[in-house]
Amino acid sequence: MMNEQRIPEIPAEKFRFIQQDEKIHDERIKTKPIGYFKDAWLRFVRNKSAVVAFVLIILLVLFAVIVPFISDYDVNFRSGYYKTMQPKSRLFAGLGFWDGGRQENLNLDSYNAVRAIGTETGRNVIMRENRVYTDAKGVEYHDVKVDSYYRVGFAYLNLTPEEYRKLKDYQDQTGIQVIYPLSRTYNIDFLQGNAGANYWYQLTNEASTSTGTPALDENGEPIPNYLTSPEKDKAGYDSLRVSWDNGGEDGNTWLVYAQKNQSGYRVRVDYYEYFRYIYGQEPCFLFGTNGYGQDILTCLAAGARLSFLLAISVSLINFVIGGVYGAVEGYYGGAVDMVMERVSDILYDVPFMVVATLFQLHLAQKVGVLPSLLFAFVLTGWVGMAARVRMQFYRFKGHEYVLAARTLGASDRRLIFKHIYPNSLGTIITGSVLAIPGVIFTESMLSYLHIINLETSSLTSIGTLLAAGQGYLSTYPHIIFFPALFISILMISFNLFGNGLRDAFNPSLRGAED
Amino acid sequence: MGKYILKRVLLMFLTMFIIMTMSFILIKLLPLPAVREMGRDVNLILAKREKMGYNKPILVQYYLFLKNIITEWDWGVGEQMYEGLNVWNVMMQKLPYTVLVNLYSILLAIPLGLAFGIYAALKKNKWQDHLISTLVMIFISVPNYVYAFLIQYFLCFRLGWFPLQLESLSKAGSLFSWKMFSSMLPAVFSLGFSTVASLTRYTRAELSEVLTGDYMLLARTKGLTKAQAISRHALRNAMVVILPMIIGEFIGILGGSLIIENIFGIPGVGSLYITSINVRDYNFFMAMSMFYTFIGLASGIVNDISYGLIDPRIRMGSKK
Repeated sequence: MMNEQRIPEIPAEKFRFIQQDEKIHDERIKTKPIGYFKDAWLRFVRNKSAVVAFVLIILLVLFAVIVPFISDYDVNFRSGYYKTMQPKSRLFAGLGFWDGGRQENLNLDSYNAVRAIGTETGRNVIMRENRVYTDAKGVEYHDVKVDSYYRVGFAYLNLTPEEYRKLKDYQDQTGIQVIYPLSRTYNIDFLQGNAGANYWYQLTNEASTSTGTPALDENGEPIPNYLTSPEKDKAGYDSLRVSWDNGGEDGNTWLVYAQKNQSGYRVRVDYYEYFRYIYGQEPCFLFGTNGYGQDILTCLAAGARLSFLLAISVSLINFVIGGVYGAVEGYYGGAVDMVMERVSDILYDVPFMVVATLFQLHLAQKVGVLPSLLFAFVLTGWVGMAARVRMQFYRFKGHEYVLAARTLGASDRRLIFKHIYPNSLGTIITGSVLAIPGVIFTESMLSYLHIINLETSSLTSIGTLLAAGQGYLSTYPHIIFFPALFISILMISFNLFGNGLRDAFNPSLRGAED
Repeated sequence: MGKYILKRVLLMFLTMFIIMTMSFILIKLLPLPAVREMGRDVNLILAKREKMGYNKPILVQYYLFLKNIITEWDWGVGEQMYEGLNVWNVMMQKLPYTVLVNLYSILLAIPLGLAFGIYAALKKNKWQDHLISTLVMIFISVPNYVYAFLIQYFLCFRLGWFPLQLESLSKAGSLFSWKMFSSMLPAVFSLGFSTVASLTRYTRAELSEVLTGDYMLLARTKGLTKAQAISRHALRNAMVVILPMIIGEFIGILGGSLIIENIFGIPGVGSLYITSINVRDYNFFMAMSMFYTFIGLASGIVNDISYGLIDPRIRMGSKK
């Protein structure tokens, strides 16, 4: 009553319809929606260490993919002469490190032998002389830095007539001396390989028990001991000659460069230049070579590629199998869950070594080493994934939105794949990523222990490389250093990345860092 | 509680039986390796094979195999290695090396891991915590054989503090001599790194969660000093989770590490297992696979049960 009196009389014509011509709707939300993955992404990029790890992983993958293509050598490459070479980079060679040099303590005989190689080729084998000392027994030692590449020196090779001709042509065209005069040796051990090819000078004792002590002249220089002949072109040698080969004082004491034998010609080559002739470039191994003469860089990349491929396929297969298995368990529950859980329990308890070994013994002959290893990883690997998915399904299947969807008539399949899966995807992806370093570690361990042998003409594995370096750990640690460093960085990166993903997919951490 | 343990143990034996059956059948499907000629032992092995029914159907063989284990605890004799020797006895000879190395490494790791973990939790989000967390991340991730290489190169070779390989028993005198102990240390350290790191991580996570609890505030309010509150209330509660993990580690010492034993030449069960795989000695392989399965299962059970023993709030096996 009182209210009515307070409201003054408003004439009807003062009223108008304000939305007569407009459609009525809510105001549109202007900001962009942040979805599940976008949200996770925002949280991920804020985690600096995870981003760095992710970048590192990409770099390592690129390394594994690209290096085998651009590398000058392949996994099959085994140099018989350039074994245990030190790492050498053309870029740093002038700066005194990463230059293929190696610190060595040489006794006088070895010191003279090493120096003599340099005298003949004109390349300094000794990069730096640190000091000369005598040990307690009175033996003189030279502490020097030696170029491991130049040190290889000379080798005796048996060439076919065709190869001999080509090599001579190469010398004529480029003017590079590859074939050096043969030395006069009486030692039967010294006729092949590079065992005695470096002794171009007289020894005090030429018998087969020789220790290689040079007979020095009054200036302390070695005395040349080449084979000579009155013929200038003995064994058809009509190519470059070394500078000190001038026919001698009588004009017909020529040095001999080749000997004819049953299959062709026996020559003494400067192996450094011969390598350049064969491979089109000087020997230079960025990570060095191992005891088999393999290029560590190429093998490491090939091994890493194998590890990545194996780990990612295992992870993907486990993702699918574990995902479906866990989904069925978790969604249906009850008796189905009981039975399926017992099966996965038993599989979970089988030690991996047993599975891997039995698969190797049974399947490696039939389907190959790698597939059987893959099967072994998959057989027990999916159990963890299934358990994770099952947990997620138990968590989400009671939620109201699932009930609503079911009420609307959604089928089981639709509920599983459209409604519950997307919600648990974060955990599942994290689990998959965190499983990768485990697979890589186990694979490297198994191949290190020779339980699986992944070594073929085009394959190798990080574990095999580590095993190849173990015998040289005290003398040539670089052989084991690079694979060990690689796998360490790989493991750290994957763990950091996985942890970053886990935090990113965990919505309860939303805004936690702010 | 007793009923729960009984149930778990029975389940464990069932699982072991299934795994054993599968392994046995899979091994028997492989071609039988020939016995190497080596004098008197060949006849022994052949007689043993005859007794084990090697030319009978697989199920009969399995029956004989099980019967021998249950009645005489006889796991067969070595055929390709330790020819003619009882598998179980050889394993028991090797076990002390593995147990000792692992025991030392755990005894070293537990105090260090707990100390670092507690320190990091108390200094949470300060630089000390960040430093420790970063190191933990690195030490957990790097494979233990990398530590082994580093230790072997720097400590054993460069500095010469320890021998490169384990001393032989005849040289060292006894398993517990100082010489033997010091030659075990490189392996102990290599194994210890990751244990320290994971223990640190666990302790830090648990303790920092416990420290935020209301009862911690109450403890301080009623007049306890910070040290008292932490040692009497926080640590005890954190231990509920940490202790089972430590107990699990203790069971795991029987298994040892295959790769570390290989690198340092420790004649333990791990090396024995690797050799049995490489030379295809199926009797050894079978027995040791079961040994490892048992260790895995047993540590799981002990781990679960210890939760109930340590934490009075947890009731085992009750329906509700």
